[in-house]
Amino acid sequence: MIDRNDVEHVARLTRLALTEEELERMREQLNSILAHLDTLRGVDTEGVEPTSHAVDIVNVMREDVVEPCLPQEAMLANAPDRSGELFRVPRIIEE
Amino acid sequence: MTEPGRISRRPLPDRAGLTDPAPTTYDVVIGLEVHAQLLTRSKMFCGCPTTFGAAPNSQTCPVCQGMPGVLPVVNRKAVELAIRTALAFGCRVNPACRFARKHYYYPDMPKNYQISQYEEPLAEDGHLEIDIDGAPRTIGIQRLHLEEDVGKLVHEGSLETAQASLVDFNRSGVPLMETVSKPDLRSPEEAATYLKAFRSVLLFLGVCDGNMEEGSLRCDANVSLRPRGSTTLGTKVEIKNLNSFRNVQRALEFEVRRQAQALDAGERIRQETRLWDADRGYTRSMRSKEYAHDYRYFPEPDLVPLRIDPRWVDEIRAGLPELPRARRQRFVAQYGLPAYDADVLTQSRALGDYYEAVLREPAASAGADRPKIVSNWVMSELLRVLPGDDERAIETSPIPPHHLAGLLRLIDDGTISGRIAKDVFQKMFDSREDAPTIVGREGLTQVADATALGGIVDSVMAANPKAIEDFRRGKTAAKKSLFGQVMKATGGKANPMLVDRLLEDKLSKIQR
Ligand SMILES: [Zn+2]
Repeated sequence: MIDRNDVEHVARLTRLALTEEELERMREQLNSILAHLDTLRGVDTEGVEPTSHAVDIVNVMREDVVEPCLPQEAMLANAPDRSGELFRVPRIIEE
Repeated sequence: MTEPGRISRRPLPDRAGLTDPAPTTYDVVIGLEVHAQLLTRSKMFCGCPTTFGAAPNSQTCPVCQGMPGVLPVVNRKAVELAIRTALAFGCRVNPACRFARKHYYYPDMPKNYQISQYEEPLAEDGHLEIDIDGAPRTIGIQRLHLEEDVGKLVHEGSLETAQASLVDFNRSGVPLMETVSKPDLRSPEEAATYLKAFRSVLLFLGVCDGNMEEGSLRCDANVSLRPRGSTTLGTKVEIKNLNSFRNVQRALEFEVRRQAQALDAGERIRQETRLWDADRGYTRSMRSKEYAHDYRYFPEPDLVPLRIDPRWVDEIRAGLPELPRARRQRFVAQYGLPAYDADVLTQSRALGDYYEAVLREPAASAGADRPKIVSNWVMSELLRVLPGDDERAIETSPIPPHHLAGLLRLIDDGTISGRIAKDVFQKMFDSREDAPTIVGREGLTQVADATALGGIVDSVMAANPKAIEDFRRGKTAAKKSLFGQVMKATGGKANPMLVDRLLEDKLSKIQR
C-alpha cells in the first residue's frame, strides 16, 4: 500500500508541487495501479525469460557517423532565459 | 555513477606484502570511479559531433536534448571501444546487457534522467596491475559500463554568490565509459598511481584522449578508514572534482587526515559527497539532501537490449595492442633499459613506437649500448621539446624517427661531435630539415683532420706556457684546460677523441 508519505517523497523527487487534493488523488491512483500489478502477478510465468522490452529484438545500433545538429539559435529559442549562447537557469542551491 | 549499495563488499585481500605502515592506526580503503569520454565522432545516442571547444549549444539535437517523441540509437563504435577497454582489463564481457534510466533533477541534464547501465553492465570483474615502489599490485575492477555525458554548468560569479548558472549542452550525450575499481587501493599515492596506469592503458588502446584538463577523463574517489587490522569497512565518503593526478593525491591525503582526526576525536563519519576545492586545498560537504541518491533506475524502454556476439569480442581481442606494462617489461628485457627509461618511454603508445622506430633505422655502428643511447636522446632532447604523453604531438613530431636516427649516425661516424649534435637537434626541430642538410649548410662538420688539428693544438700550446709548466709539475688538470681551449678555438667542431690523442702525444714529448 502506498501512503501519503510515499506520494510526497516521489513528488519531491520529480519536483512536483501537489495540492492536498492532488496528493490524495495520486495516492488512490497509484494504489489502484499496484493492485492491477497484483492481478498480473497471478499469471503463471514459469519458464518464461524476464524481459524489459515488449519487442523481441536486440542489437539496434547505428554507425559512428556525424549528422547535422539543430542550429544553435533554434535550440536556444525555447530557453526561458539565456545569457548569450548559454541557457541561464536559477542558481543551484543544493551544492 | 553507481549506487553505494552496488560496490562489492567481498573480503579485502590481506595486507601481506604491503610495505607502507600508515602513520595512523587506521587502514585506508580507497576505490576510484573513472569516467572517460570515448573517442567517437558522434554522440552516444545521436549523430551530433563530439568536438571539444565548439560554440556553446551548437552541437545538440532533439535526441540529446530529450525532446518528447525522439528515439536514441546506440553508437556501435562506443560499444566497440568499451569492449576493447574491458578486454584490456581482463573483464568478463557480459553476453547480454541493457541500458537503464537514472533519474535526477539537475540543470546539466534536460531529460531529467541520464541513460546509463545499472543491473546488467557491459563488463565486470577485471583488474589492473600497477607497480608500487617496484612491487606489483593487482587492483580489482568491479565493473565497466556505458552511459551518456551531461551538459556543462558554468556558475555566474563564484559558486557561493552565484545568482544563476549557465548551461552548455554540447557535452550532453557524449559517450562516457565508467569504470569502477574495487576498494583495493590503500593510500592516496596508490590511487594516483592507479589513475596514471589506467590513463596510460586508455591512451594505448586509443579509446580516450586522456585529457584531464578538458575533462575527457574525470575521477571520483570513495574513501573510508577502518581500525588497523579490522575487516569491516568504515563509512564511505565520496569525493568529486578530482581533475588531475596531483589533485587526486592531495584531495585524498586531506580526506584521510580529516577522517582520522574525526575518528580520533570519537566522532562518526557521515556518509556524504564532498567536493574537492583545489584552490583552497580542502574537501567540503555538498549539502545535497539525503534523497538525492534515490535514482529510481529502470530499464530504458527506448533502447532494446544488446546481445554481444562472441565473435565480435574475439575480433576486438585480436586487435588489442601491446599494453603499457607489458611493453615496459619488454623494453627492460629486450633492450636492457633501466626501469626508469622504460617507464618514461612507455607513457604513451606513440612515444614507445617512436623509440622503437629510431632503433629500427640503420645505425653507423650497432653497439650494444645503442638502445640506451637512443633512449637518452629521446628522454633528454625529444621530451625537452614535446610532451611525451601526448600521442598526437609525438606522432607529428617535427623530427621524425628517421631524422633522429640520421643525426645519431653523424655522431657515430665522427662527422659531428655530441655537443654540436644537440644544437643540430634544435635546428632540426625548428626547421623540420634532416641532420645532413643542416650540418652541410652550416659547416658544422667536426675537424677530424689530424694535420689541421695538429696545427691548432700546437698554437694553443705555444700560447699557454703556464699550462705546459703546470703539466710538467704533474698537474694533470692542465691537460683538461688545454683540451678546452682547442675545442674553443675550433668552435666546438674538433673531434674530441682526436684532440685528446694529439694532446696526449705532444705533451708526452714535452715530458721527455
Ligand atoms: Zn544530438
